[in-house]
Amino acid sequence: MKKDLISITDYSKEDYLRILELAADFEKNPNQRLLDGKVVASLFFEPSTRTRLSFETAINRLGGRIIGFSDAGSSSVSKGETLHDTIRMVSNYVDLIVMRHPLEGSSRYAAEVASVPVINAGDGANQHPTQTLLDMYSILKTQGTLDNINIFMVGDLKYGRTVHSLLMAMSQFENPVFNFIAPEELAMPEEYKLFLKEKGIRYFEHTEINDNINHADIIYMTRVQKERFMDPIEYEKVKNVYILRNSMLENTKPNMRILHPLPRINEIHPDVDNNEKAYYFEQARNGVFTRQAIIAHILNLK
Amino acid sequence: MPDSLKKKLKLKVSAINNGTVIDHIPSENLFKVISILGLQNVKTQITFGANFESEKLGSKAIIKLSDVFFEDDEINKISLIARNAKLNIIRDYEVVEKRVVEVPDKVIGIVKCFNPKCITNNEEITTYFNVISKNPLDLKCKYCEKITHEDQMVIK
Ligand SMILES: [Zn+2]
Repeated sequence: MKKDLISITDYSKEDYLRILELAADFEKNPNQRLLDGKVVASLFFEPSTRTRLSFETAINRLGGRIIGFSDAGSSSVSKGETLHDTIRMVSNYVDLIVMRHPLEGSSRYAAEVASVPVINAGDGANQHPTQTLLDMYSILKTQGTLDNINIFMVGDLKYGRTVHSLLMAMSQFENPVFNFIAPEELAMPEEYKLFLKEKGIRYFEHTEINDNINHADIIYMTRVQKERFMDPIEYEKVKNVYILRNSMLENTKPNMRILHPLPRINEIHPDVDNNEKAYYFEQARNGVFTRQAIIAHILNLK
Repeated sequence: MPDSLKKKLKLKVSAINNGTVIDHIPSENLFKVISILGLQNVKTQITFGANFESEKLGSKAIIKLSDVFFEDDEINKISLIARNAKLNIIRDYEVVEKRVVEVPDKVIGIVKCFNPKCITNNEEITTYFNVISKNPLDLKCKYCEKITHEDQMVIK
């Protein structure tokens, strides 16, 4: 049976650890021509330059060839072809499909239709599992372990798919602690809190960034987007409450690192960038190694 | 005439020799039940009636099917819109078995995903839900992973 990567919860802890181990190997030795003679489809039905370049770099470093498109406007999709037909056609040509699509569930459906493995590079607001794996790799690299990590999640915890997936994945490891900092209207949804309760995992909720971050091993920042608010006045009230500034970091733990899926708007002040605890640019770099590892894992190349 | 006798007469749309009587269908869902079970393709005698008085439902519908018997999987499909439906299996004018419908663990087709951004609402795809709660009904879409709650349920 072919392996896909659609949702982070499709994978076990063993899969995570295997991928992270491979990622470390690719970081040491990025150019390994394991995809020599293979063709990978990079199908971006909506543009996402950051994710696409990261994947295409990973494929190139593995020596693979790429076909595809970077937005639906330049593909047959604009002529009204169904996702079903596009995937059926492309899966006849290639060894692997990487796809991003604005509709939720599109990747799961594509994986059912395709005869080759599918990697979900984002399906609307639903899942973006390669982001989660690169977040985990960043945590492992900076903390030396994925056990006993105290993670602070800040900003839009209601709609932020990256924080939901990271929560699910980190819950597989020993003794995590979660701290949620968000305005009430963007609080962590009940279903995730219920999940943690059922697993006996500790979590705490706060409405502002203050001394509480001094306990953090990881601060995971997300964007608070204006369009999430029903009432624009509510947005004006909270938009400056969730900005991380250098002055706030003084008493944070020496091992603490700040992550952000990028791009940021204003939620991390530029004066943080030169602090050694700012890790978001290295985090993006880790994405290439992690994606090499995911491809190698899915295609059993190593 | 005593009430009980009146009731009996009222419900006696037509007695069947062998077959299935589906009782306690909410009247407003009668035609959905017919469509879910594909009764338009049945060639034997079918009688149905709606807007009978019912203490439980206020108004109920009944379907009588000659020489038609259902597998559990098949009949359980209607549980989503006829939670209290009861089946009487008739042989030789006698009720030989009574059955209730049960909400299945998976719902395939029938229900629309409530999420307008779900792929199943944008392309010809059979919906597929895992039932994560039976009462109240919560259906988790296999594709977009969003939960359609009972009060958001729309039958396809
Ligand atoms: Zn759906």
